[in-house]
Amino acid sequence: MYRQTEIIKDASQPGIEGDMVINVGPQHPATHGVLHLVITLNGETIKKVEPHLGYIHRSIEKMCESLSYRQFIYVTSRMDYLSAHINNHACALCVEKGLQVEIPPRAQVIRILMDELTRIASHELWWGAMAMDLGAFTPFFHAFRERETINDIMEDTCGARLTMNYIVPGGVMADLHPDFQKKTKEFIQLYKRKIHEYDELVTGNIIFQNRMKGIGYLSPEDAVSYGCTGPTARGSGVSSDIRKLYPYEIYDKLEFDEVLESAGDSFARYMIRIGEMQQSIRIIEQLIDNIPEGDFQAKTKAVLKLPKGEYYSRVETARGELGVYIVSENGTTPYRIKFRSPGFSNLSVLDHIARGSKLGDLVAMMGTLDLVIPDIDR
Amino acid sequence: MWSFSGISNSIHEWLSQTFNPTLTIIIEMVIAGVAVIGLFAGLGLVLVIMERKVSAWMQIRLGPNRVGPKGMFQSLADTLKLLVKEGLTPTGADKLLFNLAPFIAMIVAMLLMAPIAFAKDFQLWDLNIGVLYVSAISSMMVISILMAGWASNNKYSLMGAMRSGAQIVSYELSAGLSVLSIVVLTGSLRVSDIIQSQADGWWIFKGHIPAVIAFVTFIIAVTAETNRAPFDLAEAESELTAGFHTEYSGMKFALFFLAEYVNVFIVCAIGATLFLGGWMPFHIGHWAGFNHVMDYIPSSLWFFGKTFFLIFVIMWFRWTFPRLRIDQLLNLEWKYLLPISMVNLLLVTAMAILKWHF
Repeated sequence: MYRQTEIIKDASQPGIEGDMVINVGPQHPATHGVLHLVITLNGETIKKVEPHLGYIHRSIEKMCESLSYRQFIYVTSRMDYLSAHINNHACALCVEKGLQVEIPPRAQVIRILMDELTRIASHELWWGAMAMDLGAFTPFFHAFRERETINDIMEDTCGARLTMNYIVPGGVMADLHPDFQKKTKEFIQLYKRKIHEYDELVTGNIIFQNRMKGIGYLSPEDAVSYGCTGPTARGSGVSSDIRKLYPYEIYDKLEFDEVLESAGDSFARYMIRIGEMQQSIRIIEQLIDNIPEGDFQAKTKAVLKLPKGEYYSRVETARGELGVYIVSENGTTPYRIKFRSPGFSNLSVLDHIARGSKLGDLVAMMGTLDLVIPDIDR
Repeated sequence: MWSFSGISNSIHEWLSQTFNPTLTIIIEMVIAGVAVIGLFAGLGLVLVIMERKVSAWMQIRLGPNRVGPKGMFQSLADTLKLLVKEGLTPTGADKLLFNLAPFIAMIVAMLLMAPIAFAKDFQLWDLNIGVLYVSAISSMMVISILMAGWASNNKYSLMGAMRSGAQIVSYELSAGLSVLSIVVLTGSLRVSDIIQSQADGWWIFKGHIPAVIAFVTFIIAVTAETNRAPFDLAEAESELTAGFHTEYSGMKFALFFLAEYVNVFIVCAIGATLFLGGWMPFHIGHWAGFNHVMDYIPSSLWFFGKTFFLIFVIMWFRWTFPRLRIDQLLNLEWKYLLPISMVNLLLVTAMAILKWHF
């Protein structure tokens, strides 16, 4: 076990003789974006990891203050672009809380279906990208084979493949495409046929297991104190699924398990995400034949005005808990918006778990934290 | 059996009739040199396109398919691009070593071509210590990598070179020991003797299980020695961007690239020669008719078929496995492969003394 966080304390002062400082990023194949890590090395062993942020900061929170309650949701698709639906969902929930509107049951089910499809798509991409971090290229293409199917489904209904902007206050933007049910069932069939390849190619591989097991240990206490959520926290055995703890929409009526692992290492976090894909399939299977008829959008005013007050909503994205906090001054635009993004807290734990391990493991750990840089910087 | 000896003998006779002996030797050396350079370039092109097609096949995609029929001229177009590209030398780099390193890599790869028997009687230099020569020259590869890493004045390059140094020096041991087990069986270091000893059966079949163990060890060790995945720590692109050749561009990069592929070819050729009988056709005991048919397949086809099969296996590794970590890499060698190959060598020696092999 690499629990050597104590020994490096003296190395926190810069410029100690024999230290090698390497800049990984902002342009680097392993950081999947413009993350900049300043790594202090002793040979191959990591003494310190210092993330430098801000390379893709677009001041989304400030932009949202000058956009109306209908408009600002589109900006949030660009935060965590791999779970755009879920971001939109969180914002819509928050606005709906202020408006006190009742969402039609059809819209609720459509939202959950889209959320879960997004979650699978996001985890697929993570799986491929993480295998690529470890030096295996082939899984990336296998993951994209399934992910393309989801993107096609999204394209039919939402008109977009990445930033969908489909979920709006009051329901969803448009009704489902007539082919939605058929294509989703086809996807489930495809997924069930192909999922064993994932285990054969990566999970069961001895090199992969040796690279992952016992690496990047995160204790439950540390996971809580660093504010980790999502699969990162659940890998350490911390129950943190918002869908279970604070159910929104009709998640409390659905049958699914919160996947939990107790090992706290990279392999546990890996297994969590593999398990979550299965659970998402389970949710979709329960709902796909039971989409209620009715409106897909509640009647709302053209210009939304939230009553004066503070509103907070939280959802479970593919990466963890996304919180949206809106302060309204009874205007047409929010007075202040704050996003609590899962990536930021999950990144903060990187230095803690990486100290004392090898440079090659840092990449594997970053892979299991599933960082999306625009989500961290916003 | 077809043979190149007729052609080479007639060229030699014609040259010695036309010119004086010294000039004959010089002209023959020039012909051999041109042949090696041509083979070097040709192999590089073929192997690059092969790698891209194999990876495309494994990754459910098409691969290059625009330049020429089925994209066959893609690597030619790439070479052209690399030739006209500017070869930068970074400031702060050690200019001499930086520019020398790719040429050393290339020269080493070319030197290794000498003792390889490409077909019956088609060998540049059948020296009496052929196998030893290959081990000795191939270990010089690490010099060019260390040189490139050090001279680049780049931390990624330095780390890549450091890793590569540790890796190549370690894995040479088990590669050498598994080569040695065939030398023990044959009783000769000369490549042609080793091939001749497999006329009645390849060593991988004749040598029982120890030969198979030696073969597997050899394949693992040479994969590591040529810096191929899953042992590509020297250039681990997700960790070190491109490792020791991060700072190289244009033709200097291409030379490293070519040298890597030619090295893969050479180690596979050595593997085919030692374990799979080189250019020897596949024979089964007393099946005279079958053996006769096999003899009609040209020896060069046998050699290249076996070699490209091994190359395919090494490419298969690359597109399947994740990369090892540096400590796991060294553990694998020093804790597992080296003891196994030492014990295995002992077994092979006992087998050779007691004449247990076929």
